[in-house]
Amino acid sequence: MNELENNILELKDVSMIYGAGGQVKALQNINLTVVQGEWLAIMGPSGSGKTTMMNIIGCMDRPTSGAVILDGQDITKLSPRALTAIRRDKIGLIFQQFHLIPYLTALENVMVAQYYHSMIDEAEALQALTRVGLQDRAKHLPRQLSGGEQQRVCIARALINYPKLILADEPTGNLDEANEKIVLDLLRRLHAEGSTIIVVTHAPEVGEHAEKTIFLEHGRVVKTTRNR
Amino acid sequence: MTKRQMYMKMLLSSLLRRRSRMTVALLAIAIGATVLLGMMTITYDIPRQMGREFRSYGANMVFVASGKDAMLKLTDVEKAAALLPQESLLGVAPYRYEAVRSNMQPYTVAGTLFDQVKKTSPYWNVEGGWPSEENELLIGSDVAEFTRLAPGNTMTITGRDARQRRFNREMTISGVVRTGSVEDGFLFMRLDTMERLTGRSGEAEVVEVSIAANEAELSALAARIRERVPGITPRLVKRVTQSETSVLSKLQALVTLVTLVVLVLTMICVATTMMTVVMERRKEIGLKKAIGAENRSIVAEFLGEGLCLAILGGLLGVVFGWGFAQTISMNVFGRSITFNFALVPVTILTSVVVTAAACLIPVRRATDVEPALVLRGE
Ligand SMILES: Nc1ncnc2c1ncn2[C@@H]1O[C@H](COP(=O)(O)OP(=O)(O)OP(=O)(O)O)[C@@H](O)[C@H]1O
Ligand SMILES: [Mg+2]
Repeated sequence: MNELENNILELKDVSMIYGAGGQVKALQNINLTVVQGEWLAIMGPSGSGKTTMMNIIGCMDRPTSGAVILDGQDITKLSPRALTAIRRDKIGLIFQQFHLIPYLTALENVMVAQYYHSMIDEAEALQALTRVGLQDRAKHLPRQLSGGEQQRVCIARALINYPKLILADEPTGNLDEANEKIVLDLLRRLHAEGSTIIVVTHAPEVGEHAEKTIFLEHGRVVKTTRNR
Repeated sequence: MTKRQMYMKMLLSSLLRRRSRMTVALLAIAIGATVLLGMMTITYDIPRQMGREFRSYGANMVFVASGKDAMLKLTDVEKAAALLPQESLLGVAPYRYEAVRSNMQPYTVAGTLFDQVKKTSPYWNVEGGWPSEENELLIGSDVAEFTRLAPGNTMTITGRDARQRRFNREMTISGVVRTGSVEDGFLFMRLDTMERLTGRSGEAEVVEVSIAANEAELSALAARIRERVPGITPRLVKRVTQSETSVLSKLQALVTLVTLVVLVLTMICVATTMMTVVMERRKEIGLKKAIGAENRSIVAEFLGEGLCLAILGGLLGVVFGWGFAQTISMNVFGRSITFNFALVPVTILTSVVVTAAACLIPVRRATDVEPALVLRGE
């Protein structure tokens, strides 16, 4: 009973079929539970449905069938507008391609998330940059930053509104080893502070940090492992 | 920093740090606004300008003798002229015609007041000079061609005076007049010269009058003269006054049409540019939506950028449009333009409306962008 209440995310029989004729079965009958504070890794070959799953969990897409219960609410029944509100309030996104706004500085990129969320607090935004070690780069434009630094700005932006769930799709996919380590350390710290993290990765060493790893193939969960 | 400040910051950064694309849209709006303001200024000014110009295509009222009398009395003409509003009276030119011969050829010579003719018929194209001395003669271009005479040559004319005595006078040709009309076949001399030669004075066959007035005012003035000066029958020169208004309205319609076409082109250009901008920024839009931006925020950001461009473009248009109107006015009418300041807000407002209309479809496209695309590598 207690464990049920602690579920932050629950996927029940979720399927995603792209194309009118049901040509691409990106996800088939997925069942998954993520408890509060858990670190889940999703692994699998290219085209196995990892990003599709992240889009559904992140309220950016709705599944063809099944139920997705996020923080006690079935998001498959919600309007696009309500989904926008959930993304804003509950989800923090980290991308493989960083997706910083090119004409805004690092600090402003963090503040944009505050802007859409509620209030702007420059001091807090700067503090978020400090957490990822970029206090000196606050006034730099994305193109003046290295890939690793851009990813750290992206992480600072994802954290700024205290999301219940952090989603990272291949966060180290575009980074070298040194930067991969920095990013992983950051994620580990977040996890230690109690954040729930779902990370998609190809890299086994990233998957190692997770408490639980699911393996996808052709849209199905083929294996689940627990590290601890 | 407040949300409003952040909004302005995002807007200006987007405009300033991504200049090249926006310059095209700005240029389109500025050109549209330039044409709009220029054309409006000219259209506003044209009635004033054209009123004067058209009056220069001839007199708009003539006096002829009443009843069976062939000749008008100049004293009557003076009385009639006194009845006209002096501030709008441009010129009163009497003409008296005599038959003369020169070198066995018959000619009609007109006696007139040249300083008045210059006002009632400013379109007369005189090569050489107007007669100033008593002995000088202005000849029509057909006459000049036929006789092969030129300014500076002399011409001897003979005729008969009031008592049927012959007169014979050698005159100097001061100039050749070309009007493209009957005047080209006439000779012209000063009225007082003619009076001295013929020994008869104080008369004219016809008097041309030029008044700055519209048709209704002209009719009222003519009626007054008819009543008060019985010796004179005033007639309106209908052809000129009517064409004045119809040409004017046709011209304004043309100008309006051209302006509309330019505004539509501006709109198309801004719309395509904005469409390209939205396409280029799909990822950015998707990202904003993914981190929780609502559609109305996306709309506000794009319209805000459009609004900035519209206001800036409108202001540029005001400046360039004024220069444009001034150049046209100087070249076509030879006069400086009167600037109507009420056109400034009209121009800027039109720029805003046109830009907003041009942004409708692109902004719609922007709100259609799916947030899911940010996780998909492209
Ligand atoms: N919008 C879409 N329309 C049609 N098919 C799609 C769409 N998005 C994904 N797919 C298909 O769904 C399947 C799963 O794609 P998905 O992006 O989830 O894979 P992935 O596991 O993230 O792969 P990768 O490791 O290469 O990122 C693929 O076959 C893909 O071609
Ligand atoms: Mg993927």
